Amino acid sequence: MNDNDQKSDCGCGGPAAAEIAPAQPLSRRNLMLRIGAGLNVIAGALIGVPLLGYVLSSFTGKSQMSWISLGPLERFPQGETRLAVYRNPVSKPWDGDTAEVPCWVRRIDPGTFQVFAINCTHLGCPVRWFQESKLFMCPCHGGAFYEDGAHASGPPPRGLYEYQHRVESGELKVLGGHLPTLAEPL
Amino acid sequence: MLRSVALWIEDRLHLAKLFEATAGHRVPPSTNSWFYVFGSGTLLCFVLQIVTGTCLALVYVPSTNEAWASLEYLNNEQFLGWFLRAVHNWGSIFMVGIMTLHLVQTFLFGAFKYPRELTWVSGCVLFLCTLGMAFTGQILRFDQDSYWGLGIGASIMGRVPFIGAPLVHLMLAGSTIAGETLSRFFSLHVFVVPGTIIALLSLHLRLVLTKGINEYPKPGCVVRKESYEAEYEAMVEKTGVPFVPNVIGKDLIFSGCLIVAIVTCALVFGPQGPSGPPDPTLIHTAPKPDFYFLPIYAVLALLPAYMETFLLLIAPVLGIALLVFLPFYSGTGEKSYRRRPMAVVVVFLALLTATLLAYLGTFAPWSPHMEAWSGAATPVAYLKGRTPLELQGAILIQSKQCRNCHSLGGTGGMRGPALDTVATRLTHDQLIRQVIQGSGNMPAYGKNLRPAEVTALVAFMQTLRPSYQPAARDSTLQTGR
Repeated sequence: MNDNDQKSDCGCGGPAAAEIAPAQPLSRRNLMLRIGAGLNVIAGALIGVPLLGYVLSSFTGKSQMSWISLGPLERFPQGETRLAVYRNPVSKPWDGDTAEVPCWVRRIDPGTFQVFAINCTHLGCPVRWFQESKLFMCPCHGGAFYEDGAHASGPPPRGLYEYQHRVESGELKVLGGHLPTLAEPL
Repeated sequence: MLRSVALWIEDRLHLAKLFEATAGHRVPPSTNSWFYVFGSGTLLCFVLQIVTGTCLALVYVPSTNEAWASLEYLNNEQFLGWFLRAVHNWGSIFMVGIMTLHLVQTFLFGAFKYPRELTWVSGCVLFLCTLGMAFTGQILRFDQDSYWGLGIGASIMGRVPFIGAPLVHLMLAGSTIAGETLSRFFSLHVFVVPGTIIALLSLHLRLVLTKGINEYPKPGCVVRKESYEAEYEAMVEKTGVPFVPNVIGKDLIFSGCLIVAIVTCALVFGPQGPSGPPDPTLIHTAPKPDFYFLPIYAVLALLPAYMETFLLLIAPVLGIALLVFLPFYSGTGEKSYRRRPMAVVVVFLALLTATLLAYLGTFAPWSPHMEAWSGAATPVAYLKGRTPLELQGAILIQSKQCRNCHSLGGTGGMRGPALDTVATRLTHDQLIRQVIQGSGNMPAYGKNLRPAEVTALVAFMQTLRPSYQPAARDSTLQTGR
């Protein structure tokens, strides 16, 4: 307590400064205020603009699409629809299982394929293939699609999203790299 | 000694003044009511969420590769980890519930009216922030539901015109659900939204002090901008009592009961999830939101498709605007719900709608039962005394997955009508047409069934009627009878 008292007694410039300040001409104080405020606006922009750029980089970023192999053609028997999995081409080391993307491959005849995204066009839930009724059914809101991906029933606004694909050196390849949505189908 | 320490602290901090201006401020005695405990209850839930959430963050790993395993670790290996997860989960459920009661109470008591507009507006934003916490928290429970929940969120964003794709990218922190997505939601759930809540809460409480708490409304007492504040001040001056200690008793009792209820639920029901690991290749899953979002989940299945985009994008904006701007178009007049019948009707209808939709959401009658075709038994009574052709049809109704959408004997999907009495509704020809061409919500099976299969299927369905009810007849043929 004594320490405190002594400090306040010794007057380390605080009270003196307070006495001087009001005596300064008004215009000079205004000038200091303006310079101070202006400097802080610049400082704010120096921090704020890169910060916004950092946070919004994904907003302006484009999808990086690339061709990914789904495996040799023999994996897809003719007349059947099979689940295939590829690893997301833009994956990070800590993505874990989420980088594994499933899709449905339908082989119509030896050279003709259809590759559908797993995501229902309604709200993105995973559709399941039913070989016997030749339908894709969605577990969320009951959407159904025919074997060629066309809308069969329920709330989806369109048929299944279809990957661009090509056959290259005995392998089926698809152009993947983003989650298909109505705004950005495959 | 103790006294001198207390005096020293008082001298430095001026706590008595602070107390008088805050906890000890004078309130109308009519607010000493059980209807006025929901605000403090919500605040208590928030504090509980912060404490338990901070503790969970000591162990939880916000990495897509490890989050699920760290949740399993919390549930099974970390000492009392299961309990903290359960309290955090039930705390969130109670927080949304008590906050809804607070919203309903302030609405029915006209607390949003002049001069407490800003209190109401900040409260509405706090409500939205809390729902934001509920959604982001559900994502942090990084399991199958969470993974596909992100897909659903992205699909909703993808419906926004013009900037849909960039919005999806912003939400997912990239073009797919991946490592950065979870980090983004972790940051929102742990820093951004709670920080916003604390700031808004300070404003909310500050306003309660500057503009006073709403008095218990009396029917006939009308709010006028010219006179209300003077009348309120005079009333507090004349009859006001300090909030602490006179009024806080009921809040304390309610808060104590609330904690007991949360802990009891946590002990009895335990933590929620995580369900299966967030591996997108495990597609045998039926994602479902937590209960707060069940009404939205339900409405998205039940509305006609052409209304969906409106409902997803425009209706929430309109609804929130109506709520937030309420004090600006209904800021004066009667406060008491006894003189505001429409207010009571609105609350009743809103709660009824939300409850009914949430109830439907719990069993999702619109979703096909994916395993019914192979797992649901055919009732024996429907097979007795049937011809081989009809029995063949009974097999087809299973193997062609009809049961996924149509129930027999109470088991199977509810997407389409139950088939137990289908023969009383559709004639032979109508059954054939329905199977081959489909209609309404039924896909066409014409390409997937051979003619002989259709014959067998329809033959079986024609037997599906009670003996006391006649089969459906074609009315156009009756003239020729």
